[in-house]
Amino acid sequence: MRLSAEQLGWTAQGRRLLDNVSLDVEPGETFGLVGPNGSGKTTLLRMLAGLRRPHSGAVLVDGRAMSAMRQRDIARCIALVEQHADTTDRVTARQVVALGRTPFLSPLRPWSSQDEAVVSRALDDVDMRHMADRLWHTLSGGERQRVHIARALAQQPQVLLLDEPTNHLDIRHQLSILRLVRQLPITVVIALHDLNQAMDCDRVGVMEAGRLIDMGPPGQVLTAERLHHTFGVHADLVDDPLDGSRIMRFRTVV
Amino acid sequence: MMETALTLQRTRSLRWRWLWLTPPVLFAALIAGTAIGETSISMDTVLKVLANQLLGADYAVDRIDAGIIWNYRLSRAIVAASCGAGLALAGVVLQALLRNPLADPYLMGISAGASTGAVGVTVAGIGAGAFSLSAGAFAGAGLAFGLVVLLAQAAGGGSCNGRSAQASGAIILAGIAGSQLFNALTAFIIARSASAEQARSIMFWLLGNLSGVRWDDVVLAVPVSLAGLLVCLWHRRALDVFTFGADSAASMGIAVRPVRGILIACVALVTAVMVSMVGAIGFVGLVIPHAMRFIVGSRHTRLVPASALAGAVFLIGSDILSRILVPGQVLPIGVITSLIGAPTFALIMIRGMRAR
Repeated sequence: MRLSAEQLGWTAQGRRLLDNVSLDVEPGETFGLVGPNGSGKTTLLRMLAGLRRPHSGAVLVDGRAMSAMRQRDIARCIALVEQHADTTDRVTARQVVALGRTPFLSPLRPWSSQDEAVVSRALDDVDMRHMADRLWHTLSGGERQRVHIARALAQQPQVLLLDEPTNHLDIRHQLSILRLVRQLPITVVIALHDLNQAMDCDRVGVMEAGRLIDMGPPGQVLTAERLHHTFGVHADLVDDPLDGSRIMRFRTVV
Repeated sequence: MMETALTLQRTRSLRWRWLWLTPPVLFAALIAGTAIGETSISMDTVLKVLANQLLGADYAVDRIDAGIIWNYRLSRAIVAASCGAGLALAGVVLQALLRNPLADPYLMGISAGASTGAVGVTVAGIGAGAFSLSAGAFAGAGLAFGLVVLLAQAAGGGSCNGRSAQASGAIILAGIAGSQLFNALTAFIIARSASAEQARSIMFWLLGNLSGVRWDDVVLAVPVSLAGLLVCLWHRRALDVFTFGADSAASMGIAVRPVRGILIACVALVTAVMVSMVGAIGFVGLVIPHAMRFIVGSRHTRLVPASALAGAVFLIGSDILSRILVPGQVLPIGVITSLIGAPTFALIMIRGMRAR
């Protein structure tokens, strides 16, 4: 499924949070979004997920305008993992994942064994099957994030949008979530803070003050010059002697 | 796979077994509400009167007893059940939509607004009869809720999304402000326009009072509470999906604005109709859903019918207590629900905190 944004704009309280953002995500691609805090990554993802109508421009799903689609039909092909989605309800991991089946159910179409199978598979995909009956508040941050991803996978989406899914996680959980996401055979748009993690994406887009200022393969986009300009840091690019991959080391600009 | 199929089967049979309990429990509560009261009437007589009226039997019973049972107690018990179910459902919906465990039609100012509307209609005398009273209460309830939400949004921003603790605190504070404002307005209308006798009867009604209830109230209360139940059941999955907030619900395919609009309108309508009949009865919408979450869990497929049933039984029970607690005197039912509700809520809150 091809997801595209055409000249998206969004203004809130006189501030342009998104300014003329155009973007084409190829089917099956993993697209990384990087940028400083407040650069518009979350706003863009929410718009791509159909949670916000753009003030100008349009989001297209396989060439169809998203604004003409029902919320339910959007949710059947696009899933979003938000950054802060928490609850105080006493729900189990499995119940949370089961919420992902909502767009396929209706008051008159009951829960079926097929839905149950999708939920179990999603729990397997994130390796949380053994914790399926644990209550939400007993899960760690990484486990909750994995449950959220499983919930999104239970929507059987063709596009998965993730908003900084590795935030606040320890390094082991960060890596396991990134590996999980990379293995998925679907289109992924992922906002990332860690630029080294962004190196594994097929393409990255750099956001700055609501604009998408650059986009392309990570090796070409994330240059020392770009990092200096957008993030205000000095970066040394080193080649890892182990596998030849590019590593970035950062220093503050003096 | 087999394990999953087994759990599925188990949860299903559990749900069904549970649903079968509903009619007998409700029936038993209604019988109790009819049999127990200031005047002691034997169970035998009660059943005879019911058989005469419902099954067309022809037992010989005292005509006064028959009148008390049929026209006074049974209609009263049915209205109590409807109100209890309706208010409990209103609590379920508000807690789910606002992501706030303290949300309840009473605390959110909806009951206060409905009271103001109803008193305005009574005193100003616009139209007559139960319908215009309910319409006035509905207008008041809607106005109060709108005001509370606007106030919360101005204070906390995005109150309905309930994204932050600040926002959820803001709506409760706004609810308190709204309740106070509308209670003051009610008092103002009474002081300004009502005669002394009107004022006394209104004050008694405001605390929650089922004394004036007759069969024409049943005709309004039962359909409204049943309609509320159906709307909630129809939207049970949407209510579930609000677990992680409105945005999350939207990303899982819920058309948030229309669904929220329908559910809030339903809450306002049910609350308004109940308040216009029996006054502002507090704590039902707060305590019942919390208690039921402990027993049947947070999923609305079970929570909605369980809360409706428990609310119905709770209010019938409270009504019985209000009639027999002080011999020779009927207490306002709101006093009973608050006396039971406040400590129960404190207990639930402490347990809930510890569990976390």
